[in-house]
Parts: sequence; structure tokens; C-alpha cells
Amino acid sequence: MAIFKLEETKKAPSTINGKLRWILDNLVSTPVDVAFSLVILFLLYIIIPPFVEWAIINANFAGTTKADCTGDGACWVFIIHKIDFFIYGFYPEEEIYRINWIFGLLIAFLALFKYVGKTYTTKIAIFSLFPIIAYFLITGGSFGLVEVPTFKWGGLTLTLVISSIGIVTAMPIGIILAFGRQSRLPIIRSLSILYIEFIRGVPLITILFMGSVILPMFFPEGMTFDKLLRVLIVITLFQAAYVAEVIRGGLQAIPKGQYEAADSEGLSYWQKMLIIILPQAIKVSIPNLVGNAIGLFKDTTLVLIIGLFDLLTMVGLTSADSHWTGFETEGYVFVAIIFWVFCFSLSRYSKVLEDRLNTENK
Amino acid sequence: MDSIIKIDKLHKWYGDFHVLKNINLNVKEGEIIVVCGPSGSGKSTLIRCINYLEQFQEGTVTVDGIELEDDVKKIKALRKNVTMIFQQFNLFPHLSVLQNLILAPRHVKGATKKEAIDTAMKYLERVNIAEQADKYPNQLSGGQQQRVAIARGLCKNPKIMLFDEPTSALDPEMINEVLDVMVELAKENKTMVCVTHEMGFAKKVADRVIFMDQGQIIEENTPKEFFENPQSDRLKQFLEQIITD
Amino acid sequence: MGLWFMFTNLFDNIHARGIHTGFGFLGERAGFDISESPIAYNANSTFFDSFLVGIANTLYVSVVGIVFSTIIGVIVGVARLSKVFLVSKFALAYIEIFRNIPLLLQILFWYNIVLASLPRPKQSIQLGLDMILNNRGFSVPRPILEDGFGLVIISFFVAIGLVIYLSKKANEKFEKTGKSTFLLPWNILILIAIPFIVYLILGSPLSFDIPELKGFNYVGGMTYTPEFLALAFALSIYQATFTAEAVRSGIEAVDFGQKEASADLGLSSYQSLKLVVLPQAIRVAMPPIISQFLNVVKNSSLAAAIGYPELVTIFSGTALNQTGQAIEIVLMTMSVYLVISLIISIVLNYVNKKMEIKGR
Repeated sequence: MAIFKLEETKKAPSTINGKLRWILDNLVSTPVDVAFSLVILFLLYIIIPPFVEWAIINANFAGTTKADCTGDGACWVFIIHKIDFFIYGFYPEEEIYRINWIFGLLIAFLALFKYVGKTYTTKIAIFSLFPIIAYFLITGGSFGLVEVPTFKWGGLTLTLVISSIGIVTAMPIGIILAFGRQSRLPIIRSLSILYIEFIRGVPLITILFMGSVILPMFFPEGMTFDKLLRVLIVITLFQAAYVAEVIRGGLQAIPKGQYEAADSEGLSYWQKMLIIILPQAIKVSIPNLVGNAIGLFKDTTLVLIIGLFDLLTMVGLTSADSHWTGFETEGYVFVAIIFWVFCFSLSRYSKVLEDRLNTENK
Repeated sequence: MDSIIKIDKLHKWYGDFHVLKNINLNVKEGEIIVVCGPSGSGKSTLIRCINYLEQFQEGTVTVDGIELEDDVKKIKALRKNVTMIFQQFNLFPHLSVLQNLILAPRHVKGATKKEAIDTAMKYLERVNIAEQADKYPNQLSGGQQQRVAIARGLCKNPKIMLFDEPTSALDPEMINEVLDVMVELAKENKTMVCVTHEMGFAKKVADRVIFMDQGQIIEENTPKEFFENPQSDRLKQFLEQIITD
Repeated sequence: MGLWFMFTNLFDNIHARGIHTGFGFLGERAGFDISESPIAYNANSTFFDSFLVGIANTLYVSVVGIVFSTIIGVIVGVARLSKVFLVSKFALAYIEIFRNIPLLLQILFWYNIVLASLPRPKQSIQLGLDMILNNRGFSVPRPILEDGFGLVIISFFVAIGLVIYLSKKANEKFEKTGKSTFLLPWNILILIAIPFIVYLILGSPLSFDIPELKGFNYVGGMTYTPEFLALAFALSIYQATFTAEAVRSGIEAVDFGQKEASADLGLSSYQSLKLVVLPQAIRVAMPPIISQFLNVVKNSSLAAAIGYPELVTIFSGTALNQTGQAIEIVLMTMSVYLVISLIISIVLNYVNKKMEIKGR
């Protein structure tokens, strides 16, 4: 039998040992680990310094003509000179301010999203003003703005237009498809499944070809079908199938108890789905939806193959300029960085959302 | 009789957090020790140090003559004689009950399949679950899974058994089937160190009950004295909060 | 009403443009050449032949992409979880970099920048063993199988049979006595030695067509074109990032308690990995890894951007331009992918069923 006197809390043993311990444990704990570390250090050595030399140290940043690119390094002058092409495509120079307005408006809308309107419905209603305004700004032809036909749109602007419209319009269609897949009516159910599995089983490019070549055949000769519009329709239909699968996963993740509670409250099928089940399903699906959006953003590069001038196409186009030949590498690196920044930021944001959802659900 | 577990001036830190403060404990062979205390008191950490699932920065722990340190051979020898029963059972879900039990004897001790199966069935019968031998863990209830886990631990015939809150993850009606098995084990000459909230068990079989709080041992006594005559204030407080049966 | 409108237009347009319908065109002479093909083909072959060549090339580059992306993906996925700081951070960097750059950009980069900067044939990079690298591609000696090589192949299968037999015997021994035999070096020796001995006995019935510089180009041997190489590299590197993530989640999905229990039972790290962790990790990782296979096949269609003659490029590209029969061609193309997708689905379901953890 014993009672013990109360001990004091002591500080952990000296931190020098702690750090040394960490180095020992994590870097050099076994000979094999040391070997791996050395191999990786070597790889880093042959990759990073030459790249930094090319991209920064020997690179040329200032100047206006090809002659200013004297060194062995990257000719960023080329990029700076052509930056308008990369961002705005062939949009007329005098009208570029309109696109800048769209960017500015978007940032403003996003920043104020929190503070405007009380319920989510009001917020979304107000936010949907943005696409309407943006549409008029970019196409022109009304409100005293010069019309800019879609074949002049290009670069980052076009990539963003295709991705955002694709994602936004695919959502409602995807949700409908997801419901169709769960439907008890065999016809609707089979049609939905057929559609989804068909789209998911074929490459996007075949569907783009289908839209680009076959779709016009359904319309009378002479009636032009704007190329961009064709692409948007096709991409939306494509993306909707993937959204449907994500939402289906979300619907399945909802515990049965929710369905039962809604039923016991006497809600009709549609009330139950739209008010109780769907919002939860969407919330759970958000990380996967963002993943889908990132995928779509990368997939917009495929329009290069059917002749639209997205950001990636600009690399080839700008290097074709006879005054500036030979700088394709700079173009690819630049465009790669832009894509990487967008995709990486989106995926980080998705992680943040996921963590927030996980803590809410605990 | 020399102690089979000797813990001397044990200190452990998680980063800056001093989780075990100057633990001194000697356990004789065949003794049944129950460790209790509020959550966060370090009881799980303590018994995990005994089979070196947790490492410690200061002090010594000697188990069955082996002084614990970061030495593969020593740890291997240690684990031959010490078994831990986990709160979450930790059965291997992709193997059947029988396969769970014969895995270690075959791969660690080199037993033949027949020997391993015989031993396994013997212990499965001991914990009254032999008829489930070909089922998979997820097909069993919590109580059944924990009994299988105990049988699995017994297959290596350990001298020391450590229990880390073995019934805390079970539904109330299944707790007794596991406790009954533990009481049976207590009758053999196994050394048992149990972290548990089940005070009825402590009263029935424990040789000593230890109370831990905030990383140190506060009080230690025979079950009778422990429950009827708590000396320290903290223990009195703790006992009031627990409904004993 | 609207549908009717659309369909009448469809027929009018087809009629007006003088495009035929139906699948008769498949029997007609194609009239175009294809730059690389595993099966015999020339401009006199039919459109249907071109369809087959397209499928063959698609499968060829897809299989290469699948194999390499899986190997790289598994290595990177495991490396991601390494205790060694440099290794896991390097793997992380690899995944994050190549996953967030569009595949098409990677393909174009390999094709237009890396492979295009290779030297001309006259100044090719010699890699030893008669392997040549230049801007026309990667040329290696082509094995020519002479008479008697068939026996060598048969002896290889005999060796495999022997290895299986020995492994069975070793297993039985393990069951009976608990002793395990380390067979791996023996297995390797048998697989190599037996066919090799037969090969020597038969007088080395294998010769090589070595690429030789004739004029401006290398002739002979097998050449992997820059188009093929760019597509294969980009596909492997890009898809590997997704496979790596699948492998990583598979391993992380294994409850930490499993490792503790294995340690407590006395299993070594290696045994724990082999018997407890990996079996469970594979069950979680398999479905996403297999669906990556389908993605490799679908993504091979991006070859259209650099002219690698796979199905979309040849058939939905050149053949469609020649005949104008867009609907039939696009439908046929899509059907191929759908069939492949169906096959992969079936495989996936089969694997899932087999690996199911009972009771869940």
C-alpha cells in the first residue's frame, strides 16, 4: 500500500538531442535510407541548378525584340511581348478592357459573396447576375459595345470561359441525371445509366469530334452553328455524366435515417429530395466536384485539336510568328506554370473544404 | 521472488508534453495488477511502454530480465513473452479467425500448420468460441472479436498479458463474456496488467490496484483498501465519479 | 417536332454532300499510308484494315502506358510514405507537379521540345548494344526468330512449370514442418538457365537486324517513333500520379492498430507488410488503380495532336476526311472504347468479388 508524493512537470530532455534524433530517424536511420537520400540529392542536383540557370539567371526579362534575347537562358521577353495573346487570344486590343472588367467583377462578386443577401438563395440569385453581365461584356453587340465574334476569343480567357460555363451548366444536368439513375421508372433509369456509362466510356476527343462534325449535320445547310457554342454544348453534356456519378456517390453517403425522417414528416418525394437530401449530398460531394472541375480545366486543352484557340494553343500560335521563332520552350513552361498554379490552388482549396467538412461531421 | 516487470524512474514526453512522470513499479510473476484513472492520465501509455510499443526518454523498464531499448533482438525476445490485448481488438480482417491465430506461430516460431491449428483450437475452446473458427472477424460481434483476440494472444503462451481497456469498445451486454474469460486467465499463473474501468473485475481478481492521474502513480493498494479506504483526495474524487458494481 | 426537324436536315445534308451512308465504305481502298503499324498495311488496304491498325496502335501504346504508369505509380506511392524525408518529399513533388499540368501539354512538350532536340541520324546518340537515339526515334536491334526458336520458347514454359512445381513442394514443406525455403534465387536461375541452355544447344537460333546508318537515316532494326515515345512517356508519367495516390490511400487506409497488433505478435516489419498491411492495402487500392487503366486507354486518343496513328487519328481523322461518313466512323470509334471500357469494368468487378473482405 502506498501513496506517492506529487511530482512536478519537468521539461523534455534537451532539444539538441531532439533535433539530432529527428535527423537520425528521418534521414539516416539505415544504410538503405542513406543510399536513397543520396540518390535523390543527386537527382535534385542535376535537375534544379540547370533549370534555375535557364529560367532565371541567364534569362532575359527586358526588351522589345528578339535581338534583346542574347543569353543562353530563357527569353521571357517573348512571353512579355506576347502576353496579350496568351491571356486574351485575338480579342481586339481596344476592347480588352471589357475582359479586364469581367475579371474585376468576378473578384468583387467573390469577395462580397459573404456579405450580400441573407439566405443562400438570395446569394445565388445575386451571384447569377455575374454571368449575365459577363456575357454582354464579352460578346458585345449591345449596350453600345462593339461585337466581338467568338472566333476571336482565345488564350486564358477562352480556357476560363469554357471551364466555367462547362462546370456551371453541367451541375443541374448532372443532378437531374443522378436522380434519373435512382429513379424507379425503368425507362428513365435505363436511359440515365446508358447515357452516363456511354459518356464515361469514351474519350472526350471523340465526343468533341462528334459535336464538331456531326452536330452541324442536324441543321440546315448554311445555318452556321457557332463553333464555340458547339464545344460548350458538348463539354457540358460530357461533364454532366461525371457530375452525375459524383452526386450519386453523395446520395449514397447520406444515411438512410435522413430519408426516413423526411418521409415521416410527410414530405413528398420532390420536397424530400430537394430540401433535405440534395443539399446534404452536394455538401458531401464538394471535394469530388472540385476534383472534377480541375479535371475539366485541364481537359479544355483538347479544343486545340478541333481548332479553338485556348491557352495551350497559344504556345504554337505565338511561336509561329516569324519575328519570334524558336521560343516554344518558354511558351510551354509559361503555360505549364499558369495551369499548375490554377490546378494546384484549386486542389489545395478542395483539401481545405474537405477538412472543414470532416470536422463539421465529427 | 524477483519482479518480472521492473519499472524504474520512467519518464516520457510527447514533444513538450510530460506524459509519464517518474513511474516506479514492480510486478511479481503471477500478480494481477489493475491500473485505473481518468482519461489522459497516461495509463495506456504506461502499459504500451511495457511491451515497447511506445518508447521512453528516461528511466529503465526491465521485463523478464530484458532491459528494454531500441535493439531488434531484445524486442523480439520480449515479444515472445508479452502479449497485448487492444481496445479495438485489431484482428486481421482479411483472415479467418483460425488464420488470425495461426499466423504468428507459423511465421515467428516456425510451427507446422498442424501444430499451429491444434494450439489455436485449444485456445479457441478455452474462450468458448471454437465454433466460429472459420468465420471472418467482421461477421462476429464485438465481444466475440475480443475473445478471439485474447485467444490469439494466448497462442504464444506468454508469461505476461497486458490489457489496454479491453472492454471499453464493447456494448454493455458483451462486457461480461470478456471479463469472464479474463477472470479464468487470472486463475492460472499469468502475470496480468490491466487498464480498465471495470471495478468489479478489479475487486474480484486484482492483487493490487493502481491509480494514475496526470502522468503519475498517485496511489497503490490492495483492492479492499483501495476501494474502501482511499487515502488521497484525487482518488476519493475519482471513486465518487465511478459507479461501482 | 424539333427532333423531326433535325433528322430531316440530317438526311438532306447527307444527300446534298453526296456522302454515302452505310458501312460499305469499309471494304473500299483506303488510299493513305500509315506511318507505323504492328500489322501489314499499305495504301491499297481497305478502310476496315485502317480501323484495325488504329485499334492495334491504340492497344499497343495503352499497354505500354498502363505497365509503366503502374510501376512508377506503385514506387512513388510507397515512396510517399517513406520515413526518409527526402524520399517522401520528392515523391510528393513529383505527384503535385505532374498531376496539375494538363496531359496534352506534357505530350506536346515531350514531342516538340525534348524529342525534337535530339540530334539528326548522322549524329545519333549511341546507347551501346546497338541502340540508337535520334530525332527520328529510338532504334533497337530487332530479334529475328529462326528455326528452332520455337523450342526455346517451349523450354521457357517448361522452366515456368518447374518453378511452379518447386514452389508447390516448398509450400507443402512449410505446412508440414514450418520451415520456409528461400526459393527466389533458384527460381530466377531456372527461368534463365533452362531456355538459355536449349538455345545454345540448338546453335543460337536468334539473330538481330541491327539498325545501320545508310545515307541520312538508319535502316533496319525496330524503331520507336518520336510520336510513340512522346505519347508513352507522357501517359506513363501523368497517369502514374493518380496510381501513386491510389497506392498511398490504400496503405494509409490500413488501420494503425493492425501494425501494432502485428508487432505485438512478433512479426518483423517485412512479415507485417507482406502478411497484414499489403493484403489490406491492395483491396482498397485496386479499384482506383484499375480505373486508371481505362483512363490511359482513353487518354491515348490525345495522340491526334501529334499524329501518332492510333484509332482516333487514323479513323476519326484521316478516314473520316476521306469518306465524309462521319456518323458511321465516329460510332465505330466510340464502340471500340466502349467495349474496352466494358472489359475493364468486368475485370474490376471480378477482382473486387475475389478480394472482398467477408462480413463488411
